[in-house]
Amino acid sequence: MAERIPTPLGGTEVARGVQAQRLSDDLMVINMGPQHPSTHGVLRLVLTLDGETVVDCQPVVGYLHTGIEKNTEYRTWHQGATFVTRADYLSPFANELAYAISVERLLGIEAPPRAQAIRVMVSELNRIASHLVWLATSGLELGAISVMLYGFREREKILDVFEAITGLRMNHAYIRPGGLVMDLPEGAEARIRDLLRDMGSKVDEYESLLSGNPIWVERNRGVGVLTAEQCRAWAVTGPMLRAAGVAHDLRKADPVSGYELYDFEIPTREEADCYARYEIRLAEIRESLKIVEQVLDSMPGGRVMVDDPKIAWPAQLEVGPDGIGNSERYVRHIMEESMEALINHFKLVTQGVKVPAGEVYTCVESPRGELGYYVVSDGGVRPYRVRIKDPSFLHVQVIPEIVRGGLVADVVASIASVDPVMGGVDR
Amino acid sequence: MTDAVRRAEEEELRQGILTTTLAKLVNWARKQSTWPVTFGLACCAIEMMATGAGHHDLARWGMEVFRASPRQADLMIVAGRVSQKMGPVLRQIYDQMPEPKWVISMGVCASSGGMFNNYGVIQGVDTVVPVDVYVPGCPPRPEMLMYGILQLHEKIERRGTLT
Amino acid sequence: MSPDRLAGRLAERFPDVHVARGEVTLTIERDALVETLRYLRDEADLAFDFLSDLSCTDWPGREPRIWMAYHLASLLDHRRRLRVKAGLPADDLRIATASEVHPSAGWHEREVYDFFGVTFDGHPDLRRIELPEEWVGHPLRKDEPLGGVATQYKGAYVPPPDQREL
Repeated sequence: MAERIPTPLGGTEVARGVQAQRLSDDLMVINMGPQHPSTHGVLRLVLTLDGETVVDCQPVVGYLHTGIEKNTEYRTWHQGATFVTRADYLSPFANELAYAISVERLLGIEAPPRAQAIRVMVSELNRIASHLVWLATSGLELGAISVMLYGFREREKILDVFEAITGLRMNHAYIRPGGLVMDLPEGAEARIRDLLRDMGSKVDEYESLLSGNPIWVERNRGVGVLTAEQCRAWAVTGPMLRAAGVAHDLRKADPVSGYELYDFEIPTREEADCYARYEIRLAEIRESLKIVEQVLDSMPGGRVMVDDPKIAWPAQLEVGPDGIGNSERYVRHIMEESMEALINHFKLVTQGVKVPAGEVYTCVESPRGELGYYVVSDGGVRPYRVRIKDPSFLHVQVIPEIVRGGLVADVVASIASVDPVMGGVDR
Repeated sequence: MTDAVRRAEEEELRQGILTTTLAKLVNWARKQSTWPVTFGLACCAIEMMATGAGHHDLARWGMEVFRASPRQADLMIVAGRVSQKMGPVLRQIYDQMPEPKWVISMGVCASSGGMFNNYGVIQGVDTVVPVDVYVPGCPPRPEMLMYGILQLHEKIERRGTLT
Repeated sequence: MSPDRLAGRLAERFPDVHVARGEVTLTIERDALVETLRYLRDEADLAFDFLSDLSCTDWPGREPRIWMAYHLASLLDHRRRLRVKAGLPADDLRIATASEVHPSAGWHEREVYDFFGVTFDGHPDLRRIELPEEWVGHPLRKDEPLGGVATQYKGAYVPPPDQREL
């Protein structure tokens, strides 16, 4: 299992532009991870060091490989939502959204407007939650330990909202092909408005804590630079691309699920370093709050699941005392009142829906970048191929470009700013 | 004859009481500050971090210090799905922990392979390391993990020996 | 550039272009891959400089067996997307590497090699990426099993998902 060790080089440029002298011929090969407090998950880096300077870095991934793509081929189309939601576990709604839209495009249907609006709302809340985890773990890795507690404190509020709406804190399987699995419950809107009211001031709190802090600035400014040309060559998207000055956001460039109805901005910076990415993610939290407010103000009424009985998920679910379950009224309906409803429910749940043959590629903007789903159907009740293109996969590939020539401590800052989620990298 | 037996019995009793009291004290101390090693893998790791954060606080039981080095830890919470590539790493980290050590298998993926009944995931970490407490859930709520930890504390207290 | 206009523009040079569900698919011979990708990247009005995804699908029993799919996009106009497909025969699963034209293809190709066994000529570092180095087999092929175990529940054994009838 030997990694490729590069031959000694002559002369190394330290990131701050100082030409370093090679002190000796000894290069150290150090292994970081996969069990490591600062590598954002089970990422293994084999670093080749010349003293404190990183000469080369080889990421080794696959420590979380789950076989999600193969598993979806043995389940029905509706069950695929529960698998793909666990790929990138910090943005489950983005995964579910891309999968559901792909299946809907293959079926040739569109989710009802209310479902699309709620999809946008929960996706943006998910973006806020994911950026809060990024802030918490980045702060922890760079030494700002109190930020960890604050980030998770705000995230608990968002998870409470998710639990009220979907029944689960994470890995919801709420967005399904055809719409949503259930409507917003009573009081959800009031809770979300409370959340919006508090969150803005909390983001100001984080900024006052970190943005002017000399240690934070020193560790992040000029570190981990990735220019726009490199981003284009290595297919890097998301906050890293926007930090390099390219104002590219799939929510504006190729909107799905009604994103074009809402008014928000795309924050960009020019410096392309870790500090720029930090500023962009905080700005994105603010923009997401704006979008959620607009969705609440303009929420249309109506169904949340498409009207076709051959496609729509038949069960009426609701959140009870012990989680999601079939609503009492629905159980009574299929068991006592209507035989056709029972047969329909049985067929759809056990056999699933037949999706016409074809292939689609759908991209959405997940908190980390462009998340693409290539879904192929052969006309059956099971997916033929579900390929998940996760942005973190490409971002981990580009880590050697970012850290080469920098110091070892900057490796931690750079990886934190890349924000990889190993569930997405390894699937 | 009976005198000697009685004296031996008394001696035995006195030593037994002393040892039992000392064992109780040591077990109490061990359970009050089991330090976990950072072994968060996937979604359950995020819930483990949420359990350690401010809202559901693991520091109430002295566990907020997640030691990075397994040499300094005595509890391993396997949080998340263990892939085939990660199995040897898991065993290596477990072997490095000093005795006494305990393992909590958090989530269904660690307990039994979970929903991923396929080539890539080890179907239960108890095939690799001995597990003390299984906490089901996908992912388990912080309260569920805390209940599992409290069950582990009771298990630690029930240990009879000093080692 | 709408899908139909893009299809018309490509049809000037490539014979096999079709539009379905709003997406343009260009099917080429596998030997023409690098030349096609370079052309699509360097032409001023096409400018497909962004390799969004590189994957494949396994169709056992059909010839060609494995269909590679390259999803290209343009950073200037992200509605402009294209899928380039090339088929590989079952007895010769090799194709040229795309990493000279698009460096991001490096790890995608390692993953396709890992899961399907497709060899990429000219790849700088073709090793397994997700599975352990000593793994035998290519699991995402259709003739490989899912690999699960039977689940025991209250005395009954439920077979793994790929062996159940439903």
